[in-house]
Amino acid sequence: MNNMIEIRWHGRGGQGAKTAALLLADAAFVVGKYVQGFPEYGPERMGAPITAYNRISDERCSVHSNIYYPDYVAVVDESLLESVDVSKGLKEEGAIVINSCKEPEELRPMLKGYKGRIYTIDAAGISKAILGKSFPNTPMLAAMVKITGVIEEQAFIDQMQKSYEHKFAHKPQVIDGNMQVLRRSMEEVKG
Amino acid sequence: MAIHERLSGNEAIALCLKQINPDVMCAFPITPSTEIPQYFSNYVSDGLVDTEFVAVESEHSAMSGCIGAEAAGARCVTATSSCGLALMWEMLYVAASMRLPITLACVNRALSGPININNDHSDSMGARDSGWIQIYAENNQEAYDHMCCAMRIGENPEVMLPVMICQDGFITSHAIENIELLEDDVVKKYVGEYKPEQYLLKHENPVAAGPYDIQPYYMEHKYQQAVAMKQSYDVIRKVFKEFGEISGRSYDLIEEYRMEDAETAIVIIGSSAGTAKAAIDEMRSEGRKAGLVKIRVFRPFPAEDIAKALSGCKAVAVMDKADSFNAQTGPVYAETCAALFGKENAPKMINYIYGLGGRDVSTGTIKEVFAALDEIVTTGVTGETYRHIGVRGL
Amino acid sequence: MVLKYTPAAEINEQSKWYEMSPGGMICEPGTSRLTKTGEWRTTTPVFIADKCKHCLLCVPVCPDGAIRVKDGKRGEFDLEYCKGCGICYKVCPFDAIEFGGDK
Repeated sequence: MNNMIEIRWHGRGGQGAKTAALLLADAAFVVGKYVQGFPEYGPERMGAPITAYNRISDERCSVHSNIYYPDYVAVVDESLLESVDVSKGLKEEGAIVINSCKEPEELRPMLKGYKGRIYTIDAAGISKAILGKSFPNTPMLAAMVKITGVIEEQAFIDQMQKSYEHKFAHKPQVIDGNMQVLRRSMEEVKG
Repeated sequence: MAIHERLSGNEAIALCLKQINPDVMCAFPITPSTEIPQYFSNYVSDGLVDTEFVAVESEHSAMSGCIGAEAAGARCVTATSSCGLALMWEMLYVAASMRLPITLACVNRALSGPININNDHSDSMGARDSGWIQIYAENNQEAYDHMCCAMRIGENPEVMLPVMICQDGFITSHAIENIELLEDDVVKKYVGEYKPEQYLLKHENPVAAGPYDIQPYYMEHKYQQAVAMKQSYDVIRKVFKEFGEISGRSYDLIEEYRMEDAETAIVIIGSSAGTAKAAIDEMRSEGRKAGLVKIRVFRPFPAEDIAKALSGCKAVAVMDKADSFNAQTGPVYAETCAALFGKENAPKMINYIYGLGGRDVSTGTIKEVFAALDEIVTTGVTGETYRHIGVRGL
Repeated sequence: MVLKYTPAAEINEQSKWYEMSPGGMICEPGTSRLTKTGEWRTTTPVFIADKCKHCLLCVPVCPDGAIRVKDGKRGEFDLEYCKGCGICYKVCPFDAIEFGGDK
């Protein structure tokens, strides 16, 4: 299918990788894309490795399987590099975005011969600095939007502002912090 | 004007039920259908519907509550999956035999064991002989659309049968996808009011429902059920056609995809049909004449339609997301073979048991099936008909 | 075709499938009157009016309403609906019902 982007998310139960995938689908929908956002469900356990997926394209996608040859991979927890083959099937012309304070090339040896682009973002650090707690999925979402280019950046920011205003209607004080996290993450993702 | 949204299958069903505003919902939570009564009970709390929500203590009670309420004259709905549907088993038959057009949102999940929460069709396939109409969705859009049609089908005086609206657990129920919704008033008007001729709360003429039925009467009543199921073919077609007029989306008992000149084809139900369509597009671009028949309505079984659709094929694989453990076939294959029995130029047929307990079905899986069909066409040898795909060691 | 709701009195063992109410629904009240259970009786209870204190304990235990009550007083058996089960005889504390005679 033309213009279809397939994304695979790796995270740990409770970190919000599934939520990030659904938020990305949401944002892409608002700018007029056809979207799929779905997690691979198993026994839900806090901390266990989980996978979630996105398909985003200009026409409806009828495929309802997991994604084996993703264009992009997001790794919400750096420690997964040791236990999960996160770059499996990842297209060489694609990219992987990892939540880490390390330099991208430092992580290459852990990616089983993957030759494509690597990006890192200190998602935990940014989240802690601005929100006081580690919510790595918000910075990861922003980094993925930046790297994949699946949504125009300003359109994404505008949509997230609206989404947070709705989601945090009962505690508006957290909206600005989250918006700051998104903007800073887009600036600081490096590759 | 269509409303463009992005919803999961469960959200779509809950929203459709909100638009319909049924009289009663009796439900008990079970993964992956839990979200349907969960979202719906929010609508109840927020005063967006005037449905009486009955939080029962089991699925047996959920269906019993639906039966009591529907017999009393109320339009009744429930939702369940897997073992929940199994616990309803006894009452499913009672609902159908009492001719109560209850609507059940079934979110298909493997029926234990070993215990597993993911998708296959063993729950609703097990209930296939309970006398319920069964309609299966490929995606969230179809789940929503089928739910819009369910009550007009079930409540039709020529039918008066309960209806199960099935979608694949997690694959459809928990995946966010684009969807086109109808406005509330359009759905409400299309579905209309439930006006049974006789019901328990008709104070000017009290009735008795569900009496003991002795030998001189039982078989006549079961024959009435059989006739109702036969009559439902035309009612379903009519309701789907009328739905097409308000939504722009027309459905039939089966969907044929690139069947016009297909030499090999698969017969399949549910979300994997979409995956198969993508695989077929790829094979077509390589010049292979592949096609697909998707069974939308499994009860009543569209035997004539399927036989006609497959008549020009050389080899066909029928895909079963449930095993019958008869050491011969899955349920869809058995019925498809029955539909083709005695027909001239019937294709060679094989059966695949696939996708059990959430085993992923990719375009690659489908292409493997077509490769096996091509081999049958080339060699002329059908070989083993009872096959499994995706099992390690085969 | 649409099945009709047929009065119970019009349904019998010769009725065709399309002459019977859908789902076996009994579409009018009071249809137990149509079944004359007195015909099943092999032993007949006898009411001894002199011994009866009108406690009415016999009335609710009768499976078929064969004991008539008028103005708080127990009346004679309605033998059209007495199938001769003898429960009333067992329950009567005053020996006001005899049981064991022929039909």
